Amino acid sequence: MKKAYLIIPMLLLFVAMVSKVDSFANNDWATSGLDESKTIKSEDSNEKKSEDDVEESHKAFDRMMEVLTHKRCVNCHPAGDAPLQGEDSHVHHFGVKGGEDGHGVPALSCNSCHQVENNDLAGIPGAPDWHLAPISMAWEGLSRVEIAQSMTDPERNGGKNIHQIEEHLTEHALVLWAFDPGVDSEGTPREVPPVSKEDYIAAVKKWVETGAHIPAE
Amino acid sequence: MKFNIKINGKAEVVDVDGNTPLLWVIRDVLDLKGTKFGCGKAACGACTLHVDKVAIRSCSYPVKFADGKEITTIEGLSQGGELHPVQQAWKEEIVPQCGYCQPGFMMATAALLERIPHPTNEDIDNNIVNVCRCATYYRMRKAIHRAAEIKSGSNS
Repeated sequence: MKKAYLIIPMLLLFVAMVSKVDSFANNDWATSGLDESKTIKSEDSNEKKSEDDVEESHKAFDRMMEVLTHKRCVNCHPAGDAPLQGEDSHVHHFGVKGGEDGHGVPALSCNSCHQVENNDLAGIPGAPDWHLAPISMAWEGLSRVEIAQSMTDPERNGGKNIHQIEEHLTEHALVLWAFDPGVDSEGTPREVPPVSKEDYIAAVKKWVETGAHIPAE
Repeated sequence: MKFNIKINGKAEVVDVDGNTPLLWVIRDVLDLKGTKFGCGKAACGACTLHVDKVAIRSCSYPVKFADGKEITTIEGLSQGGELHPVQQAWKEEIVPQCGYCQPGFMMATAALLERIPHPTNEDIDNNIVNVCRCATYYRMRKAIHRAAEIKSGSNS
């Protein structure tokens, strides 16, 4: 009887570990070194779990992409050196440039105007580390799938692995600014993404947890 | 709330709401009228000054962010009774027309020359994006190149 107290929790722990490992099974960047663990489970249950994960992953992807394709994100992931601004994503006034490091040019840095928080008196948006995404992470004009491919490609995303991507998407203050974007210079609240911050964060985490599957075009 | 700022080398304590734009603290509390109000939304650049040597649009810069920092306005640009190279060049090229926006342009130019001592026309276009309704841009461009010469001592 005493042995049962030990064996049952160990079995539960084992099942949980196998399940976690399997969640990354369909992506090359996540599977290295995991082949041995995969063989532990039967092929049938593995296939079923994999199918469920893919379906869940695609659902989470859809939800996540409702945010990442929103102008609050894409305006700072332009296809050139000039940021976009406004609800119509026009090119930033006055020829503002992202410059070499995305933080502006030497005498006109982003922080000449944008501080660490919104300035609702002047209608100037702000968040910590306000800057433009590098050109390798340009999203303007890309499809959802192309954005995800760009986002998960270490050659283009600054060498980030999937967990660092998850951290960037769910914890970086500049990313989360999208849900609290303040008002424009007329005092009109800026449009927020169509998904709440909480649901978006949950979707990103679910997408990663279920293998970060990217659907076909 | 009290904020400690060093303005043009002089330590000051100002007791104002932290969200008050730095421009109004400088003009109305410290009575330095050289920095101008233009648009009030960081667009035109008339209010440009330096906070820790970085060009800032002071009309939209809450004073709470200036706490403990060094601020330079147009009044503090020259030192030891000598005109700053930017001021000297502006004078030589007779840049201003109405003059209202010029302090902002001069502060932006001074910040530019600290980082790019010999700016090209492209550097000027990218970094000096203030607005002048008298359209003195042509004379300003010449003055910026002249200021670079004076500052480097290459043709003073």
